[in-house]
Amino acid sequence: MLPLLAAATPTDLYAARTQMALSLGWHIVVACLGVGFPALVLLAEWRGLRSGDPAWRLLARRWARALGVLFAVGAVSGTILSFEMGILWPGLMGTYGEVIGLPFAIEGIAFFIEAIFLGIYLYAWDRLPPRTHLLAGLPILVAGVASAFFVVTANAWMNQPRGFDLVNGKVTEVDPWAAMFNPATPPQTVHMLLAAFIVAGFLVASVYAVAMLRGRRDRYHRLGFLLPFTLAAALVPVQIGVGDWAAHFVATNQPVKLAAMEGVFQTARGVPLHLGGIERDGELRYAVEIPFGLSLLAHWDPQAEIKGLDQVPPADRPPVTVVHLAFQLMVLCGLALLGLGAWFALAWWRRRDLPRSRWFLRGAAAAGVLATLALEAGWVTTEVGRQPWIVYGILRTADAVSPAPGLRFGLYALVVVYTLLTVATVYVLRRLARVPVPVAPQERDVREVPVA
Amino acid sequence: MTLAEWVLVLTWIGVTAYALLGGADFGAGVWDLVAGGERRGRAERALIEHAIGPVWEANHVWLIFVLVILWTAFPPVFAAVASTLYVPLTLVAFGVIARGAAFAFRKAIPEVGPKRLFGAAFAGSSLVTPFFLGTVAGAVASGRVPPGSARGDPLTSWWNPTSALGGAMAVGVCAYLAAVYLTADADRAGQAGLAERFRRRALGTGVAVGALALGGIGVLAADAPRLYQGLTGRALPLIAASAAFGLASLALLWRRRFLAVRVTAACAVVAVVWGWAVGQYPYMLEPDLTIAAAAAGRATLQAMLAALGVGAVLLVPALAWLFVLFQRTDPPRSA
Repeated sequence: MLPLLAAATPTDLYAARTQMALSLGWHIVVACLGVGFPALVLLAEWRGLRSGDPAWRLLARRWARALGVLFAVGAVSGTILSFEMGILWPGLMGTYGEVIGLPFAIEGIAFFIEAIFLGIYLYAWDRLPPRTHLLAGLPILVAGVASAFFVVTANAWMNQPRGFDLVNGKVTEVDPWAAMFNPATPPQTVHMLLAAFIVAGFLVASVYAVAMLRGRRDRYHRLGFLLPFTLAAALVPVQIGVGDWAAHFVATNQPVKLAAMEGVFQTARGVPLHLGGIERDGELRYAVEIPFGLSLLAHWDPQAEIKGLDQVPPADRPPVTVVHLAFQLMVLCGLALLGLGAWFALAWWRRRDLPRSRWFLRGAAAAGVLATLALEAGWVTTEVGRQPWIVYGILRTADAVSPAPGLRFGLYALVVVYTLLTVATVYVLRRLARVPVPVAPQERDVREVPVA
Repeated sequence: MTLAEWVLVLTWIGVTAYALLGGADFGAGVWDLVAGGERRGRAERALIEHAIGPVWEANHVWLIFVLVILWTAFPPVFAAVASTLYVPLTLVAFGVIARGAAFAFRKAIPEVGPKRLFGAAFAGSSLVTPFFLGTVAGAVASGRVPPGSARGDPLTSWWNPTSALGGAMAVGVCAYLAAVYLTADADRAGQAGLAERFRRRALGTGVAVGALALGGIGVLAADAPRLYQGLTGRALPLIAASAAFGLASLALLWRRRFLAVRVTAACAVVAVVWGWAVGQYPYMLEPDLTIAAAAAGRATLQAMLAALGVGAVLLVPALAWLFVLFQRTDPPRSA
């Protein structure tokens, strides 16, 4: 028998957090594609059905093939997360599983529906009548959105824990519905769902932007660019409004997180907005300051008070540099994408065409990366900004981690597995994209593309 | 029956479905592994891909379904099992990743080299994953998982005679079920040669699993006396039924009744799975964590049952459509 340890070593806690961050940060990208990509495939199929245009129909089939690969990868990278909930965080699940398990159970049902209809949609493409087939794809979209919603309610609960009483460390009076519909649920779920469609749209569009830069300007590539890019670009301004709502929510309900996001150490009035900067000895250094900026942004009042990190003891503060820079990176990427979308909108309004400049296509080619960066940075902001709590104000991450010895070896193995998975996924997706497309696709070309 | 017991019955239905459907998919991977070289194994691999392609994603969800119900309705059990058995469960998770991803990758690319590599990852993990899932079952069944965070021994909790038996049985049952299902698939597709090959494999693995189960009685008597008592006591009718179904399946295979043997083979597995549950009742974690003590509060269980009720209304017809759609005789494929 190995000796039983009372608590995890700091190394193992750090390893567990890194493992969770890595597997979640990986899954979140394919999950966004899993939510947003079906909408694109269905829209292309619908346009193809209505117009009979081979370009639309070819797009739909080729996209569906990629969707099948991405869905498989998303399903397995999501499965490992449900294992990790218990392997790494038994202190969270053993005590609070009954409070926050319900949305996961509902998500399980939604995911089931997604998987069933994906099987039908991909494998029965040529068996079902076209209209029935299109309709069979709709549950994938609806269930995908529902899955994302329910999972994010669970994360929202970690920020705003509700629906239970604590009596001497025992959980009582559990109300799982109140836990699920906690105050953080509306801003967080809307922000995440919009992000999913934006990331999926820009990622798919960037593939076609690269092809257009290489001279493929035919109808197939134009449509393949226009549909996802327009969808994503149209949602960016909405997302920035929703992001403002989410930030105001954090300012009111998690002021410590907001202070870390903005790098505010001392509670004060008339607080400037800090651009960039890193934490050194309890203050933010090397930041560019915009006077009264933060007070204005947060409360529309230049003299408004902003609570700093000094409102809580140092042991209850998140690491400032990471949270602050991640937050600003997200905002920066969002603004860049807003600018790109505005450029596109202007050109379209004046000439019904893409901007002529190659720099637009270069920007569009980078948009997939920018959107993914914004996604990851936003995720880091909310997760690291909640530290040192796993359940805000209730349970510390260090008290939730498994005391099992040698958790770090799990991390090492995971790094190897995920490196291989990433290489293989990228290889297969690139291989699918390399299948040649005829310049003017005909009926025969459409039928010859296998979906599954 | 209490509310918690109802939820547990639903969980166990999920475990059963995963054993029958997900298990057969694992087994198909095992046969993929031994199908032989690129040329010789092509027909078998095509049959396997054709059979599990449309359904394996859905079959896989049963595992997630079981996990989320467990952590919602019986949180201390989930926390104890996952944290004590983190080694085999991490390996299961990696196996799940390798299998699901590689299966999709293999289909998507035409090049022989990478196809072979992905095929090996798919098939190899089809062997590893059920084995470690079986060791987890053995650990729980032999009472080696104490309640609490990582209280059990990180190694001997799952590296012991009962776990080894569980792992071997899981692999054997998966391979057996797959061979039985694939025999009928090949037969329906008019591939008599393939059907015959899978029939012989089904007979072989059937006999092997039966022998393993007989030998296992001795292992359990020595290594897991409480489970042995339960299986030979309250659960005896189910265990006997499983043996009878197993024998009937061999007879039906012998006489080439390929559709009937699907039912009896499945029944044999169902009887064992439920026999374990009945034998261990009312304990979730031996020796003393009962269902009642492990269960979540009333409000959570009610919400859970309501959600599952609504879910069933949506899921049952959808699943039925999926299976009916792809079990009908295929139209000529255009692609």
